[in-house]
Amino acid sequence: MTETRPRTTGPDAGQSTGDRRLAPLEPDAPAIGDWLHIERDGRVIVYTGKTEMGQNIRTSLAQAVAEELRLPVSAIQLVMADTARTPYDMGTVGSRTTAVMGRRLQVVAAATRELLVDLAAERWHVARDELRIADGKIVHDPSGQAISFGELTQGQRLTQEYDDTTPITPADQWTIAGTSVAKVDGWAIVTGERRYTPDLTRPGMLVGKVLRAPAFGATLTQLDTSAASLPGVVVVQEGDWVGVVAPDRLAAAQALAAIRAEWAVPSQIAQEELFAYLKDHLAPQIEHQRFGGSERYERGSIAEGRAAADHLLAQTYTVAYIAHAPLEPRAALAEWSGGTLTVWTGTQRPFGVRAELAQAFGLVEEAIRVIVPDTGSAYGGKHTGEVAIEAARLARAALRPVKLIWTREEEFTWAYFRPAGVIEVASAVDGDGMLTAWEQHNYNSGAAAIQTPYAVTNQLSAYHPSLPVLRQGSYRALAATANHFARETHMDELAHALGRDPLAFRLQNLRDERLRAVFETCAAAFGWGVQAPPGHGFGIAGGTEKGSYVATCAEVVVDQASGQVRVVRVVQAFECGAIVNPNGLRNQVEGAIAQGLGGALFEAIAFANGTILNNRFSSYRVPRFADMPAVEVILVDRPDLPSAGAGETPIVGIAPAVGNALFAATRIRLRALPLVPQALPIASGTRNEAIPR
Amino acid sequence: MSELTTLMVNGDTHTVDTSRDRPLLDVLREDLGLTGCKIGCGEGECGACTVLVDGQTTRSCITPLSAALGRPVLTVEGLAAHGHLHPLQQAFLDADALQCGYCTPGMIMAALGLLERCPDPSEDAIIAAMQGNLCRCGTYARIVRAIQQAAAELRAATGAGQ
Repeated sequence: MTETRPRTTGPDAGQSTGDRRLAPLEPDAPAIGDWLHIERDGRVIVYTGKTEMGQNIRTSLAQAVAEELRLPVSAIQLVMADTARTPYDMGTVGSRTTAVMGRRLQVVAAATRELLVDLAAERWHVARDELRIADGKIVHDPSGQAISFGELTQGQRLTQEYDDTTPITPADQWTIAGTSVAKVDGWAIVTGERRYTPDLTRPGMLVGKVLRAPAFGATLTQLDTSAASLPGVVVVQEGDWVGVVAPDRLAAAQALAAIRAEWAVPSQIAQEELFAYLKDHLAPQIEHQRFGGSERYERGSIAEGRAAADHLLAQTYTVAYIAHAPLEPRAALAEWSGGTLTVWTGTQRPFGVRAELAQAFGLVEEAIRVIVPDTGSAYGGKHTGEVAIEAARLARAALRPVKLIWTREEEFTWAYFRPAGVIEVASAVDGDGMLTAWEQHNYNSGAAAIQTPYAVTNQLSAYHPSLPVLRQGSYRALAATANHFARETHMDELAHALGRDPLAFRLQNLRDERLRAVFETCAAAFGWGVQAPPGHGFGIAGGTEKGSYVATCAEVVVDQASGQVRVVRVVQAFECGAIVNPNGLRNQVEGAIAQGLGGALFEAIAFANGTILNNRFSSYRVPRFADMPAVEVILVDRPDLPSAGAGETPIVGIAPAVGNALFAATRIRLRALPLVPQALPIASGTRNEAIPR
Repeated sequence: MSELTTLMVNGDTHTVDTSRDRPLLDVLREDLGLTGCKIGCGEGECGACTVLVDGQTTRSCITPLSAALGRPVLTVEGLAAHGHLHPLQQAFLDADALQCGYCTPGMIMAALGLLERCPDPSEDAIIAAMQGNLCRCGTYARIVRAIQQAAAELRAATGAGQ
């Protein structure tokens, strides 16, 4: 599975999900009542298939609806990610919630508002333009009459269709959207009352565990479960798939440990061969679609661009496999009742998981309900339904509800990783410092943001799917991080080779005004152009993806004796159109910088012969408190532009900014992510080079 | 081996019939329904399971029930009193020091453990004390600010009460 594989994340992911009457595709949910319901007491219930997993959309979507209905946010309640209650949704992916779902709910709420006015006008036989909306009521000032939303609609389902062209409130007139409304359920979080999937129980529920192979591709050669048949324990075996259920977690773990299993492990690719393998093992043409499909963009002539150039530069960059490591591990609670199945699970794709369950158990989709409690983060890592299927298998055999919570080791091994990749960049620049050609090839990691935002007449960008070595899939910003790392490192190399300032060189080659604006804003706030203190280095990088724009400046300090690297300061400017919730957005941008530092500096999955070697937090290092630099985020608000998503793009600038800062500090050019899994080997002069060309 | 065991949690005394080898985390969650302490790593590396035992910051996932017997256990559920949030809980909300919230109860309990032994910690002391708690959403700077705010409020309240 690769990041753009249609069955997991592609735009046509809904094609296989069955009966449209019960699970309508988005265009088939035309009634207001599909999305919004007004209770008799005036509370507004909003239905969306999106998952809240820390992006703050339970609040920001409520703001969008509240704005159009002129209601306080507290009057809005969201029902989210429940296949029985919310319209079909392809998944909480691709930074689409604000841009697409937010917009849709704005339109639905605006259409509801107009409908309420119509109903009141009809009721009182008055002109629409004599009516106004305030505090959940329609008010007719000439007669002094007022009626609440709930009285008008009497709790009836709003069967009227909404019109996509219903005017929505422009961002420069927002009073509720556009403000830093506090998290609607913050109280439940800080008191521990919020129930995530691992916290749920059902009457008679048992706890499951699954027997795992010691390596990918291993086959079971011997099995003895006799010692596992402890009191209260049920051993479940379906072919080579073995699990246990028990009354509690310890009993389940002890039963699993009592199973004697022997496995045959096939020989597999060594970590040292990874990048050469990816480069040499392109997915066969016929199988491209399985791996996301190749992509190729070409404009002008690379040959002409090179012929016109005074300088040529070609370099290779690599990115390692890294893990999402969401703090809530994958978990599911499954309950069968007659022929129907209900599964609670933390996933970004409730309807996709329902389709996986339907396939696994030979059921029609309407026999399955997937409910997603607000989830302990995902970062693109919870698209698939393995744990839901496993819990349902155990529950079916045990004839009881079963909860399965993956261990951290399982999460680090049997989920999927951000794809490793090799990125080759070949550029050409003329004597004035203008780019004349840009060629970028990405092997395996993905196509996202592969096209340069710089003004280059002659360009060629191509994504080449490889046969993956480890289980790989979506990750926050997909390959935009890898492609920006390669491009923005390369831009820095060009600037230094030409003796030009890295910011000035970028701006010279940049016509995109929005990207220019974030570069200039970021550089001004950072104090770009000032000499770095001894041992320190400044770096800059930026780019655009999914309709939003980012520029990042980083300051690093390198201990000249030990080679220890520390990122001491990051300034980032970010622009995503009209801002819906400034503080929520700031939190997302800060978080992306923090998370991005891990992949930039030290995160890498280590593997040997199909086994993950660092499958715990004690061996796989992620950013902690002490790793945090001083961070300044500048939000560029553009109320004149539609809101774009913001969960992903703020992560793409940090790795190249830090790498470029390290070059400024040490003159050592790092072309592989992570940049410094160990201290920088300053004394030996060893380079973190990508694979030889 | 299962046996009747008395456990003091959040000021209440509970009797559980269970093995004393089970992790305190599992007993709190599975037997007492106190799911504020979270399952994160099972090796005491992420801090999601943090509770206080006798006022000490404790990773309940690697602490057997036997180690908590006869000692008061405090979980995040025991902080808010009569509908009023503890100053740390309020400070986390004020600073929006969370995203997905899965780490939050453990963060709050680790911070409480710190403030109980050090009411006026420096920023470096906060970072050192919180180093064992992971927030994958990356809200670390906000958490530091929240702890500073709560520490100041708690000191002011203590001073006012003296």
